[in-house]
Amino acid sequence: MTMSELRYTEDHEWIRVEGDTATVGISAYAQEQMGDVVFVELPEPGRALAQGDEAAVVESVKAASEVYSPLTGEVSEANPALEETPGLVNEDPTGEGWLFKLKMAEPAEAEGLMDAEAYQTFLAGL
Amino acid sequence: MSTLPPTHSGHRALDLEEPLIFELGRPGARGIDLPEGPEVTPRLGGLERQRPIGLPDLSEPQVVRHYTRLSQKNYGIDSGLFPLGSCTMKHNPRLNERLARLPGLADLHPFQPQGTVQGALALIHTLAGWLTELTGMPAVAMTPAAGAHGELCGLMAIRACLEARGDARQVVLVPESAHGTNPATAALCGYQVESIPGTADGRVDVDALKRMLGPDVAALMITNPNTLGLFERDIIDISQAVHAAGGLVYMDGANLNALIGRVRVGDLGVDAMHINLHKTFSTPHGGGGPGAGPVVLSDTLAPFAPLPYVVKDGEAWRLIEHRHEADGHPFGRMKGYHGQFGVFVRALAYMMSLGADGLAQASGDAVLAANYLLARLKDHLSAPFPGPVMHEALFDDSFLKGTGASTLDFAKGLIDEGYHPMTMYFPLVVHGALLVEPTETESKASLDAFAESCIALADRARNDPESLKQAPLMAPRRRLDETRAARQPVLRWTPPAGD
Amino acid sequence: MRYLPLTEADRAAMLDTIGAGSLDDLFVDVPEAARRPPAFNLPDHQGELAVERTFAAFARANRAAGDGPCFLGGGAYRHHVPASLDYLIQRGEFLTAYTPYQPEIAQGTLQVLFEFQTQVALLTGLEVANASMYDGATACAEACAMACRVTRRKRVLLSGGLHPQWAEVVRTFLAHADVTVEDLPPDPLDMEDLIGRIGADLACVVVQNPDVFGHLKDLSPLASACREDGVLLVAAVAEPLSLGLITPPGEMGADIVVAEGQSLAGPLSFGGPGVGLFAARQKFLRNMPGRLCGETVDADGRRGFVLTLSTREQHIRREKATSNICTNSGLIALAFSIHMSLLGESGLTELARLNHALAVETARRLEKLPGVKLLPGAFFNEFALKLPCDAEPVVEALAEKGILAGIPGRRLWPTYDELHDVLLIAVTETTTEADRDALVEGLAAALGEHNGGAGQ
Repeated sequence: MTMSELRYTEDHEWIRVEGDTATVGISAYAQEQMGDVVFVELPEPGRALAQGDEAAVVESVKAASEVYSPLTGEVSEANPALEETPGLVNEDPTGEGWLFKLKMAEPAEAEGLMDAEAYQTFLAGL
Repeated sequence: MSTLPPTHSGHRALDLEEPLIFELGRPGARGIDLPEGPEVTPRLGGLERQRPIGLPDLSEPQVVRHYTRLSQKNYGIDSGLFPLGSCTMKHNPRLNERLARLPGLADLHPFQPQGTVQGALALIHTLAGWLTELTGMPAVAMTPAAGAHGELCGLMAIRACLEARGDARQVVLVPESAHGTNPATAALCGYQVESIPGTADGRVDVDALKRMLGPDVAALMITNPNTLGLFERDIIDISQAVHAAGGLVYMDGANLNALIGRVRVGDLGVDAMHINLHKTFSTPHGGGGPGAGPVVLSDTLAPFAPLPYVVKDGEAWRLIEHRHEADGHPFGRMKGYHGQFGVFVRALAYMMSLGADGLAQASGDAVLAANYLLARLKDHLSAPFPGPVMHEALFDDSFLKGTGASTLDFAKGLIDEGYHPMTMYFPLVVHGALLVEPTETESKASLDAFAESCIALADRARNDPESLKQAPLMAPRRRLDETRAARQPVLRWTPPAGD
Repeated sequence: MRYLPLTEADRAAMLDTIGAGSLDDLFVDVPEAARRPPAFNLPDHQGELAVERTFAAFARANRAAGDGPCFLGGGAYRHHVPASLDYLIQRGEFLTAYTPYQPEIAQGTLQVLFEFQTQVALLTGLEVANASMYDGATACAEACAMACRVTRRKRVLLSGGLHPQWAEVVRTFLAHADVTVEDLPPDPLDMEDLIGRIGADLACVVVQNPDVFGHLKDLSPLASACREDGVLLVAAVAEPLSLGLITPPGEMGADIVVAEGQSLAGPLSFGGPGVGLFAARQKFLRNMPGRLCGETVDADGRRGFVLTLSTREQHIRREKATSNICTNSGLIALAFSIHMSLLGESGLTELARLNHALAVETARRLEKLPGVKLLPGAFFNEFALKLPCDAEPVVEALAEKGILAGIPGRRLWPTYDELHDVLLIAVTETTTEADRDALVEGLAAALGEHNGGAGQ
């Protein structure tokens, strides 16, 4: 099975699709804006999410940001490492700092998200 | 970096390091002597504590020294100018403290027969009279314990009033510049919050507000003067529009110190407003309370005021504590007993000391001081809105652009200069906000000295920003690691392993 | 005027710098119609002496609790306030500080809060405590809201032993939170009944201990029942001195403990300000309301303290905050903490034992009076008598003789006729032997007159 390239939302979430599962995290840009992440509130496995639903909260010392589900689906796993080491979101936002995995209900939704190039252009316009 | 040599003790003259109280105790020491009680057979039902509590034992001198040393690590309004915007850190007169400690006022039980507390009830009624007279409002709910608690009281009265009309409105409008307590309070009261945009001159966008008004809007929560220190010029028009749409107007009175004795909020069309006695009326902040937040109410809302309240019954004062004794339709009860009585005593002592003439002079001087600092600083810092301002002056961080120093660095630099910093990063509507509220209790010399420190720091930000990033260097502590505190919360002392 | 340092010359110079002609020019944004109201019907400024005279007159029109025997409790207890405590809380650096937003120059307040949180956790038998709430009643309401957040359930059960004002505050606070608050009628013997009402739809059950009748309860069986159904047990404590002697609620299985700290913090002050204590199990930390102080290090690696986990709070989360609380009760928390330090382990235990012994001795004498019954149950320093008549006129008659005899049932439960013969009596170390004699003799005489009046 090949891993897809990352795709991004305008709210700075990313997804990586593997089979029928999408891994979700926040972008390097988003973590930099937040500063040191001190706590992550994750959805419990089994929870059904529609695209755009509030799925997680990433907290720094001075801010709390909602993470919206980029896709419709059911949460299959939340990153257990973040409970002890929320700083992974800063250190490796698109790798070990992933937030949760979704079993996709509408895989076609992923096509509507930005690829890396489009996201860079989007960031440049902010 | 500090170039001072280290000391053996870790102390630096008057800057004394102090362990936790738990690290100081010695079994067998005593701080209080008690008489022997009678011999009795306990009636505790077998619920006696089985394990020690874990409190340290200390003698009185050790305790006094511990807290004295800790106090010396604090900056208070007694120490110096405390320009914390939106917080009204004015002088706290000691007469207030003396009067609050009179046994006939401090040593009163809330459940004494009412005939034995006529003076206390008269005092509450007298304070209520000052508040209603000064605000031009017909009624006041005295019991809320602080500003946010007063907001909740006001919104609950609004909700009760609308429900009594059979009107189930769901939305509360809040300007985007509002303090966080406003949306939090509206949510607690079961309302959806909608944010009203601001205009380029720092006021509520009246056209946008009018477009948002409709049959679902229960209330507008508006801070006036607003959190940018500006008076909402269109307030009368705004109130009329809200009323015409069937809604009610809640005014956040956190900034009342600009208006008291000069402008009556009753003339502005407001239905409810809390008054922070611990801001406008000089009762001490005490490191975070206690406060008191009485809410003045319009005739529309007065019947819904919460229990308890004081009424005159012939020649006597009577406390209405229960629903069946009430004339109106009280929506409930905000707290235990009869409000923050000890805070009432202090606030009334302040009001009587200044009187009607002094209160007007105080608000005038507060506004004068803020405008003076704006005038002295606007060419050195950057002011996003031109004056005149009311009781506080807002700056943004554009004067720091390109220096590498931030609002935080500037504020920490003020600590080394001997000042408590201004409010930082609030309001959110300007970038890197610095909100300065000097209050009326600073002399001109004190304002000048503060302005000169700010100007020097702005120069330093341009010429030597790296040094500002290290600040403070001379406080009891340097910058603290807040990330560590939040990632691995340690919220209490625990005995070292092996004890 | 003594609080205003600016002179007329200063004002003129400042207006000149501003470029304004007069003070009124600074108020141009205020609509003309609202500017310069008609003269207020209020006096002008006065010197200290005149203000002192006014307040002395207010004070003289009261009967201070300490002017004679006082046996009032009901959630507000009269204890001796040490002189050093009252001195320390008046140090300007504590008294006139703000909430510690700038930790480098607020380590005094912050270390006190850290010590306070530790003391509250130790006393209640729970793992973490916050930096205080307004009072016990509002802390109780916040605990119910927190239980609903944690359990995602929408029903709260209040025991019949909960102080009726605390229950009323809970009802008010949750009135618009889409939560059902079920409060049981006042009942001195409600534990069995409560266990039978625990169900999986409940967020929490609130039990006061000692309850409003003064009675002590073993919360363990109720805690087990709660655990089975995932219900949080909230224990409310109105007399924290009791925790010096009895097993703390945390050890009996409570998940959240809320308390009114006034009794150990300062004067009665006619019921306010008090200080709300709030403690919970560690796992609920992120759902707690109010401010939290945490330990950390500074840039030089030295231990220091900061307010932390502030993303729960209103200034960051706005409408999603755990509570709207901002100002709390810092100075009264300081007073509570100083008293804990002065008392220490031995002093707190001994003061609690002394209160209990005096209460037991007084109860034993009172229950021997003809027609008087002591409501059965274990108690700490407050107990309930059943009189042969309405207690309110008895209390009023004794007040005429200078004795504050206790709280008549009618004051707390005006609509429960069956409790109008109840008299709540609290006995603390501040009562003297003569006070207790006066109560026993006074009550005997008052009841004798009552019996006489009834034609016996």
